[in-house]
Amino acid sequence: MEAYIRGIGNISPQATFDNGVFLEEIREYRSARLQAIEPDYKQYIKPIQLRRMSRLLRMGVTSAGICLHDAGIEKPGAIITGTGLGMMEETEKFLNGIFDNGERLLNPTAFIQSTHNTVGAHIAVMLNCNHYNLTYVHGPVSFENALLDSLMWLAEKPDDKVLTGGVEELTESHFIITDSIHFWKKGGISNLDLLKDKNPGTIAGEGAAFFLLSKQEDPGNYAIIKGLSTRFNPGKDHIAVRYTEEFLASHNLGMDDIDLMLLGLNGDPVSDETYRPLLQHLEGKTPGAYFKHLCGEHYLASSFALWLAARIVKSQAIPAAVMLNPGQAPGKINRILIYNHYQNIHHSLMLVTSC
Amino acid sequence: MQELTEKLKKEIIEVLNLEDVSPEDIDADASLFGEGLGLDSIDALELIVLLEKNYGIKIEDPKEGRKIFASVRTMAEYILEHQKK
Amino acid sequence: MAQRVFVTGIGIICAIGKNAGEALSSLQAARSGISHITILDTVHRGELPAGEIKMTNEQLAALAGVTDMEMQTRTSLLGLIAAGEALESACIDPKNNDFRTGVISASTVGGMDKTEINFRNYHLGPPYNNFILTHDCGDSTEKIAVQLGFRDMVSTISTACSSSANSIMFAARLIKHGILDRALAGGTDALSKFTLNGFNTLMILDKQPCRPFDKSRVGLNLGEGAAYLVLESEKALGNRIPLAELTGYANANDAYHQTASSPDGYGPYLSMSQALQASGLHPGEISYINAHGTGTDNNDLTEGIAIEKIFGNNIPPISSTKPYTGHTLGAAGAVEAVISILSINHQTIFPNLHYREKMDELSFEPVREVLKGKELRHVLSNSFGFGGNDSTLILSSC
Repeated sequence: MEAYIRGIGNISPQATFDNGVFLEEIREYRSARLQAIEPDYKQYIKPIQLRRMSRLLRMGVTSAGICLHDAGIEKPGAIITGTGLGMMEETEKFLNGIFDNGERLLNPTAFIQSTHNTVGAHIAVMLNCNHYNLTYVHGPVSFENALLDSLMWLAEKPDDKVLTGGVEELTESHFIITDSIHFWKKGGISNLDLLKDKNPGTIAGEGAAFFLLSKQEDPGNYAIIKGLSTRFNPGKDHIAVRYTEEFLASHNLGMDDIDLMLLGLNGDPVSDETYRPLLQHLEGKTPGAYFKHLCGEHYLASSFALWLAARIVKSQAIPAAVMLNPGQAPGKINRILIYNHYQNIHHSLMLVTSC
Repeated sequence: MQELTEKLKKEIIEVLNLEDVSPEDIDADASLFGEGLGLDSIDALELIVLLEKNYGIKIEDPKEGRKIFASVRTMAEYILEHQKK
Repeated sequence: MAQRVFVTGIGIICAIGKNAGEALSSLQAARSGISHITILDTVHRGELPAGEIKMTNEQLAALAGVTDMEMQTRTSLLGLIAAGEALESACIDPKNNDFRTGVISASTVGGMDKTEINFRNYHLGPPYNNFILTHDCGDSTEKIAVQLGFRDMVSTISTACSSSANSIMFAARLIKHGILDRALAGGTDALSKFTLNGFNTLMILDKQPCRPFDKSRVGLNLGEGAAYLVLESEKALGNRIPLAELTGYANANDAYHQTASSPDGYGPYLSMSQALQASGLHPGEISYINAHGTGTDNNDLTEGIAIEKIFGNNIPPISSTKPYTGHTLGAAGAVEAVISILSINHQTIFPNLHYREKMDELSFEPVREVLKGKELRHVLSNSFGFGGNDSTLILSSC
């Protein structure tokens, strides 16, 4: 199963929503919380619709709109969304209302917009799109699930175009709550020094990335998604190198065929240990890159990685800030392999190639 | 009456997040739903909460809302008629 | 892609029983599970009835074989119970290396039942903050996969009230694509203050037991529960005898409004007609419709209009089984798929409880008495949700 990426839209802690530029300036953060750089939503959404929309909903529908515009598509054949925690802002608002008002006089809007399918459903209403519509909510593989469904859908209906993407927000209170259980690094660490810091924890992020997938050749295509794999709870004996080699072998490829390996390194020593054998294996052969210093760690971070890979393959340019060893940038970039894992429980691989 | 309709306009704008609307833009006799301000059934539920929170008036049947919220004036009339405070 | 998908196991826990046998007895006796709330701690006790399972979390844990309650939500306990039963009824070992297995689940609130108790106390540390990590909808899915030994894939879907119809559909497609051979598919949702108050703000909760398709209907009753099907490919089935075959499914979007359905029921029309198309069946071949039938003004009217549009003057027997279970939200699609399979296997249509008077707008009336000895060849089951997420499954006898 494979598909072309025909359009993209990405709102992230970097200036990524403008498809006309590609990480020309990298935003530096001096805290463990990276917040999305948002466009002026009034340019994308009518005021009567905008007034009720939470921040994540605005991010989601705008990113989807940018993606569809990029692809020149008005109505996709399917809308398949992933979100880990869903609509946290509205969920917290309604929960607080229950506590503060003793279960009385609550506002319906917060409840209605707290359901996990809010973004996917809103896109359908805005596009008047009656087709297949699904929302995956399985934490760190929400995007991989959505992508797998999209590839299956295109295998079933090769003439369709599928809008797929991932949305995740980090609210102030959820940052504080997860900080209390030691998710995030302390002090004013710079995201650009993420891998230099050896203290536990990582940096938090958020974002909304959408992709228009199709089976049709088109000069506007960015890249091809050649393969996708997930692995759940493989245990302590899991070896990243073997998993990667098996995946590549299933595509008749070896490690040498990969021009760039994009890794989900997040600065947490325990988490990054998983990638170490792979890094050793690649050393001197395949250039390595990383991305979570740009988008932060979150359940949908792999959607940012796919966006990055698509932009690199299309532009044949690698922003220096993503290279593990800036001197090692490859010449021609035909194949990028993305390896991400979350707390060694969920592992995923995505193979992205040039068209 | 005039005072109440002006107060209601401000409250409606706040509760429904009508960011780009000012009280002067709302005609007390104009339709709030459909063609007028373009409000919908979710807004009607929010206005029911507003009536109970700010005026102590409880509406049990949501279908009643459509008549009461036809315009700012009908809403004000309903409040004056039913307010117990 | 021509693979067939069979149901070889079912498991259910809801207000009318903690397993399929108990649920069947209640259905055959036309006994509702709607009652006053006594387990959930809410100010609406005595005011809003619900399909509540009358077991404490400790009792559920004992039934689920769980000893450590530290990280268990009611949602995951319900899921473990129904999933365990489904696996037992299918007589398979998910650890068998010859087959790729996965859990495809669904939930709308995930671990909300614990979040809403603990989230203002997270700063106090353990045990309160253990529940930060059980809030995710995927938490219960992973607990099921780990406890029962499903390894190759986990996924969780949330499309409001159609969630678990979609998880069944996705699992079937994974099997057809050869990605999985065996899948546990369904959903779980515990009753919570969050959803009870949420639906209350929408003013669509009936203070009486709900009466779908009745002229005087005013709303729904919430419920809680979990239900799972074991789905298998032909290859994995071997020479075992399945309970049913999943012959059709579809997912469409009403694309009209976040909560209201379109006046002509276009989304429901699409999901039903596309499911029929996928199964290759004519409307006349459907023996029974297990309706979404929540009891709200809007749903029953638009679902009814869509049914009339498809079935014309030849409408098969219809009932909503929500007056038994309450609306179990993310679990509803799977709960009703299990009930549809019980209907097929026991040749019985369970009546639409509390129905009294025909709606003016519709030509048909739902089934009012238990209908036994009916050969049910194909059953169509609807699940429609907020956000216009409409899905239909067709289950057939084998």
